[in-house]
Amino acid sequence: MSIAPSPPSILSVRQLSCERDERLLFSGLDFDLYPGELLQLEGPNGVGKTSLMRLLAGFLPASGGRIYWQGKPVEGCWEEMHQALLFIGHLAGIKAELTPLENLHWFAALEGGQEEEDLEEALSRVGLAGFEDQPCQQLSAGQKRRVALARLLFTRRSLWLLDEPFTALDKQGVAAMEHLLVEHAQAGGTVILTSHHALEQLTGLRKIHLGAPQAGVKEAIHE
Amino acid sequence: MNKPAAAFCRLKQKPANLPGLFAVFKAALGREWRMQVRRRGDLVNPLVFFALVVVLFPLGISPTEDILAPVAPGVLWVAALLATLMSLDALFRPDLLDGSLEQQLVTGYPLAPLALAKLGVHWLLSSLPLILLSPFLGIMLYLPWEAQGVMMLALLLGSLALSLVGAIGAALTAGVGKSGVLMTLLVLPFYIPVLIFGTGAMQAAISGGSAMAHLSLLGALAALAITLAPWAIAAGLKIAVSGE
Amino acid sequence: MWKWLKTLYHRLGSPKWFYQITGSWLPWFAGAAVVFLGVGLVWGLAFAPADYQQGNSFRIIYIHVPAAFLAQSVYIMMAVAGVVLLVWKMKMADVVAQSLAPFGATMTFLALLTGAIWGVPTWGTWWMWDARLTSMLILFFLYLGVIALREALQPQEVAAKACALLAIVGVINIPIIKYSVDWWYTLHQPATFTLTEKPAMPASMWVPLLIMLLGFYALLGWSVILRARAEVLKREYKAGWVKELLQRK
Repeated sequence: MSIAPSPPSILSVRQLSCERDERLLFSGLDFDLYPGELLQLEGPNGVGKTSLMRLLAGFLPASGGRIYWQGKPVEGCWEEMHQALLFIGHLAGIKAELTPLENLHWFAALEGGQEEEDLEEALSRVGLAGFEDQPCQQLSAGQKRRVALARLLFTRRSLWLLDEPFTALDKQGVAAMEHLLVEHAQAGGTVILTSHHALEQLTGLRKIHLGAPQAGVKEAIHE
Repeated sequence: MNKPAAAFCRLKQKPANLPGLFAVFKAALGREWRMQVRRRGDLVNPLVFFALVVVLFPLGISPTEDILAPVAPGVLWVAALLATLMSLDALFRPDLLDGSLEQQLVTGYPLAPLALAKLGVHWLLSSLPLILLSPFLGIMLYLPWEAQGVMMLALLLGSLALSLVGAIGAALTAGVGKSGVLMTLLVLPFYIPVLIFGTGAMQAAISGGSAMAHLSLLGALAALAITLAPWAIAAGLKIAVSGE
Repeated sequence: MWKWLKTLYHRLGSPKWFYQITGSWLPWFAGAAVVFLGVGLVWGLAFAPADYQQGNSFRIIYIHVPAAFLAQSVYIMMAVAGVVLLVWKMKMADVVAQSLAPFGATMTFLALLTGAIWGVPTWGTWWMWDARLTSMLILFFLYLGVIALREALQPQEVAAKACALLAIVGVINIPIIKYSVDWWYTLHQPATFTLTEKPAMPASMWVPLLIMLLGFYALLGWSVILRARAEVLKREYKAGWVKELLQRK
């Protein structure tokens, strides 16, 4: 059952299961993700999409199964994996006390720094020109979201985990984001995202549907 | 928006160049400094609290020197303990609530140095002012002059241990909504050694003896806290994130 | 022996096995507790010689000393369970830790209570800031902290890990706290002699004490297994074997 994945996959999941608050969210999940792929996690609310994201990012322990990073069990190489990972969750991780520019400075510093003009350029491309030096607490929810998404314009990290990246974005913003994701995939990057949007524009989008767990699986885990 | 937002194009890519841990630590220090300096209320309130608690004692016991002077070391230390605890309560909770803590877990760098950067800035901005304020409150409690210097030195060493140990409690209770009392219950027992050696140092100085033994014990506590606490803080923060 | 222990460890790590195995252990622990506590109490209270200094009031050590001893060792056990949970991710370790905490807190309280009662004939007061009693009081707060943290945190996996970490931090701190309290006590001059610090006991005095200690340990085993079994059922209520078990009854 758990055959180690073939090397070119950057992220693989074998028989992964997740339990939260004594509720089995999903189990027996298998997939391989290759460079250049866009993967959308689908399913109704409460089915474990966000939990799967948090599991892949290393925030939650899996109840069963394994995750492989470039063919290696991820438990041994979280740091290596995180250096290639860009995670944007429900919470954007934007500091309200800091300005958009200062927020980006930190994320850029984690990757070796960026020129000030480049960060300003990134902000203006996401439509925040003129807001660079206002504390983020004065921005709207959509604008804060854009600050977080501006990271995607300059990051060198290849695997993007985006949990509901389109929340609070207007129509144009969604379209622009879709374009950005395709561009990243074409350059050999990989994206996993959750979204309730239809995402028709995304060519080559792969989907995984997280359905209701089968009864009796929980028992199988414990015995 | 006059420019079309559809221009979410990526910037020209530069070759990957991962910075060393020290560079990241320095960047974290700068970021923390900017953030914490801007939350002025969080910095000033524990100081006011410190002064207020000290002021309550003469009102509650007696304003006379021969009653206040002997209890001054204990009063000052208890007030400093509580003020430190108060200031630490909200150390990690905002980070947990706005997602920055999650981001700190996926930087690709160990969490402990990042938490230490935050704590270091916090110590500079809240414990150091408290130490500088303490002689004035000492005067109000008729603390003898020869004990003032020892008090500041003891607070300097002791506050390191207090910050580090308190941060463990702050990490563990980051996910609890209203944690003020819980945090106090968790952390205060661990503060007792610092209280004992801290007041001991001052009492030794007042009675004309040498405070060296107490001070070196406080130093040992601080050293122990610096070596062990960051790992416990990091572990606590990971637990807090897994609970969101 | 080692291999046997390893198998036992792995089996106990499974809630179902734990529940099945420990069911047969319960009467043994209960029986041992009754026998040891009964013999120890009768021997200690009725037959052991009176203390040359304190007379009959010293007999409270047959409860005070084992309670104080258990209070400390239960905290250490909790920290060990915490390490097992955090390092080897064995969930049963948390069930045990959760069952240990209230017992440890009760023992600490019992030690404090008997210490206070002992204080009346010895010091003429209900409370004395004696080094041992003070340490015991702080330990009591440490227990309350662990219990309160578990109450405050959700979900249960998070509470488990947080309590484990707190217990480990606590166990590193306990010797430091104890040392500092001893230092503080000697600095402020001991008023009279401290509890349990006395000339060598004759065998007729310490043998019943040892028996009482064994009885307390048996009581601990019984209480922890009883609580842990209930907790296993609570946590595994969805599992097939629990449903089966409930239907059979």
